[in-house]
Amino acid sequence: MTDNSPHLSASADVPIVTIENVTKSFGDNHVLRDVSLNVKKGEVVVICGRSGSGKSTLLRCIDQLESIDGGTIRAAGHLMGFKEKKGVRVPMRESEIAVQQRDLGMVFQNFNLFPHISVIDNITIGPVRILGRNKAEVREEARALLARVGLPDKENAYPRQLSGGQQQRVAIARALAMKPKVMLFDEPTSALDPEMISEVLDVMVDLSKQGMTMIVVTHEMGFARAAADRVILMHGGDIVEEAPPEKFFGNPDSEHTRLFLSKILSH
Amino acid sequence: MNWSWEFFFAYLTNGMMMRGAWTTIWLSVISMILGLGLGVVAAMMKMYGNRALRWTAEFYIWLFRGTPILIQLVIIYTGLPQLGIRLNVIESAILGLALNEGAYLAEVMRSGIMSVDKGQTDASRAIGMTWRQRMWLVIIPQATRTIIPPLGNQFNGMLKTTSLASVISMEELMRSAQMLAQTEFRVLEAYVVAAVWYLVLVSIWGLVQARIEAHYEKPFGPAAAVSPDAKKDIEKATQLSGAT
Repeated sequence: MTDNSPHLSASADVPIVTIENVTKSFGDNHVLRDVSLNVKKGEVVVICGRSGSGKSTLLRCIDQLESIDGGTIRAAGHLMGFKEKKGVRVPMRESEIAVQQRDLGMVFQNFNLFPHISVIDNITIGPVRILGRNKAEVREEARALLARVGLPDKENAYPRQLSGGQQQRVAIARALAMKPKVMLFDEPTSALDPEMISEVLDVMVDLSKQGMTMIVVTHEMGFARAAADRVILMHGGDIVEEAPPEKFFGNPDSEHTRLFLSKILSH
Repeated sequence: MNWSWEFFFAYLTNGMMMRGAWTTIWLSVISMILGLGLGVVAAMMKMYGNRALRWTAEFYIWLFRGTPILIQLVIIYTGLPQLGIRLNVIESAILGLALNEGAYLAEVMRSGIMSVDKGQTDASRAIGMTWRQRMWLVIIPQATRTIIPPLGNQFNGMLKTTSLASVISMEELMRSAQMLAQTEFRVLEAYVVAAVWYLVLVSIWGLVQARIEAHYEKPFGPAAAVSPDAKKDIEKATQLSGAT
């Protein structure tokens, strides 16, 4: 289990994710205008904002599920999506990007577990089939991960037999099985019934305590207060507020933040 | 009236007819398997290829779905020798049937692959699968469910389409019936017997198909019921994914 828990080290101040002047459009729709952001090793950054503010797109760009139009993203030591050839930056092929993606874990709103294989196979498929690691060894790690997300007895279940909260916890274990250096969460609790949200958030808080670098798109302000080092508000494709949680919730600079918080908290 | 039960029953167990039926079976199976391969390749080229590959696949599908199989068979067997390409009867029949089938199956494959939720692509890419790993481990196993029923119907069609290979003198059921009809001029009996054989083959296939479909209709995993909680979550998640 210790294998899967990266811990804070002396290099804690080194940024592990660097985003510089990133732009992204879908047709005429400028989803990311000029976004820059650094995330240090072991840091937990929460991104919030209205739907359409670009927060999910930013996350998907970091993991190269979307390609960027301009700017630079460095994550886990990779220049995401590009390679340098004779000083010129050229886009990578999908198979080359896949290698970079193995160092980042991503958790989706709709869980996206593989429905045709069991829970344990969902977790081991990456290390075994992608990395070619020893199956017995990986299964042991997978069992430890299942215990860690509180589902030690579900290894032979199939995704459809699990509740949403359980599926999302398996999805977190699946991502962790690749031993990622950064975990990205894209609204991990938005599809869950209220009573299941906390079981997922508990796992995430636990993960943050163990030093995992996390970028979390969420509207769970309780999680932001409890676990975030910084909270970011995106609006119209820009980062309009970036502050520690005390300041973000107590005395934000941006009018957008005040408006956003008043809407979120009035619910 | 001139119908002879004697000839009918004699033809039913006639050696030539039984050999013809056997030929129809293996010709259908081989053409179907090759057509399946062509269909997968064409579907992949059309969905994931660069412009040249995509256009090649489109052209292939357009050409073979747009012309009668009869013309395709005749061109392959009697036309190609003019260009120095000589194929024997069996090769021509298999090639023609497989190329034709592949063009139809390409569309079946494509719709099967498109039926797999887009989130599956995201999830497999996010853990770092290459395109090939994603196809083999995630997309195709799930697409199979959608593809199986139309595939069964295509094979049903194939069993009967092979009769067209009789025009290039492939000795399958239809050709056997023709030859038998010419020996004693019991035309009706010979062709009715051929029809009976087709019915038998198609009916047996129908039974096999029903079993295969029953197997693939079951949800993934053991037969245990989905918990009401899980069902509610899944519905909610599906709605959300539809909205975004």
